[in-house]
Amino acid sequence: MNPARRKKLIIIIVLVLGVGIATALALRAFQQNLLYFFSPMQIAAGEAPSNRAFRIGGLVVAGSVQRDPQSLAVSFTLTDTLESVRVHYAGVLPDLFREGQGIVANGRLGNDGTFIASEVLAKHDENYMPPEVAKALAAAGKPIPHSAFKQTP
Amino acid sequence: MNSLGEFLHMGGYGLYVWGAYGLSAAILIWNAIVPTQREKSLLRELAARSNGRSGP
Amino acid sequence: MLESLYKYAAPQNFYQLSRRLTPWLAGAAALLLLAGLAGALWFAPPDYQQGESFRIIYVHVPSAWMSLFVYVVLAAAGITGLVWKVKVADALARASAPIGAAFTFLALATGSLWGKPMWGAWWVWDARLTSELILLFLYVGYIALQGAIEDRRMAARAGAVLAVIGLINIPIIHYSVEWWSTLHQGPTVTRFDAPAIHISMLIPLLIMALGFKLYYAANVLVRMRCELLEAERNSAWVRQLGS
Repeated sequence: MNPARRKKLIIIIVLVLGVGIATALALRAFQQNLLYFFSPMQIAAGEAPSNRAFRIGGLVVAGSVQRDPQSLAVSFTLTDTLESVRVHYAGVLPDLFREGQGIVANGRLGNDGTFIASEVLAKHDENYMPPEVAKALAAAGKPIPHSAFKQTP
Repeated sequence: MNSLGEFLHMGGYGLYVWGAYGLSAAILIWNAIVPTQREKSLLRELAARSNGRSGP
Repeated sequence: MLESLYKYAAPQNFYQLSRRLTPWLAGAAALLLLAGLAGALWFAPPDYQQGESFRIIYVHVPSAWMSLFVYVVLAAAGITGLVWKVKVADALARASAPIGAAFTFLALATGSLWGKPMWGAWWVWDARLTSELILLFLYVGYIALQGAIEDRRMAARAGAVLAVIGLINIPIIHYSVEWWSTLHQGPTVTRFDAPAIHISMLIPLLIMALGFKLYYAANVLVRMRCELLEAERNSAWVRQLGS
């Protein structure tokens, strides 16, 4: 094998190894993040970590949102229809935040079992329709399937 | 005029919507121009090469 | 059929065919993109939840689909070049990479512009976004590899190996939203059930998607011609082009 070919071969091996290692590292980092959030049921079952921050995902219970008129502080209840968790947060909420909306909050569990959020993100589902269609569906008493949080009992 | 203003406003999401469309248009157009120019210059280069060879 | 396949696998025949096809493909792509744009920005109604911000779907989703599609084409062309030593296939793989990278970047950037107002974040490290970012790295790695190896045949071979290894990422991207809990929602159109999008919103999306596909076809043909001109610069047919 002549030196030029050998050099090229080494470049290829280094590049392939580099990409392989980068991918492996990414996947490892990824592994810890694969479960992006815990559901209230998992928290009730004690599966969520108690010593570090994690994310919680669920639907905002209708009528549970309490805003402090003096500040940005807000609290609401998140549910996966089986269990629910009270969430406290002070900060700007995403535009999609509303009752019945899917929410993912980052934070940690307080001693009283409520969740202290440092960040609140909205998780919408895959349904898109014009407002009139949504209204017509509501008027006909047909609930819009909200599948942002699939239930796996 | 009002409707044009509303159109640009995009219900308050104008910056995001027009940002996304503007970025897409810029990248797609640039991405189309670069290889077209490259082919032209390659063909010019070829013509120059063959002229140089067949020339005096 | 097979005969014409053989015929156009020859670089000079392919070059001529590609020159004839490109204007038609580019014209059709431009028409579809303009029609799609009118539908996307004007005719489609706003979404019941997301209002006007939902219109970002018409550039975000076609870009994301194309980022996957182009990668599969790149890997398939790479294998074809590796196994059957078809020069046109090598050119297809090499020409696809920058376009695929551009689509991937657009999918990430437009997704970011959509995520900020709707989710409340420019970026999250969930499985869908992270795997799409890895796809961008794969494209960039492929392009870097082509730049690093001067010998085109060697570069094509190394690139094909990299592309095939990276192919595992494609189903991961598609199914990430189903396999893991992600902030990104599930598929709206590419699923077994009927699309979860109203027909008035779906039609512009499909027009845009077809426009993106034809744009890629026209663009990749121009880039392939450049690759072939450079790779074959000393062959008789390229010399003839100059005279």
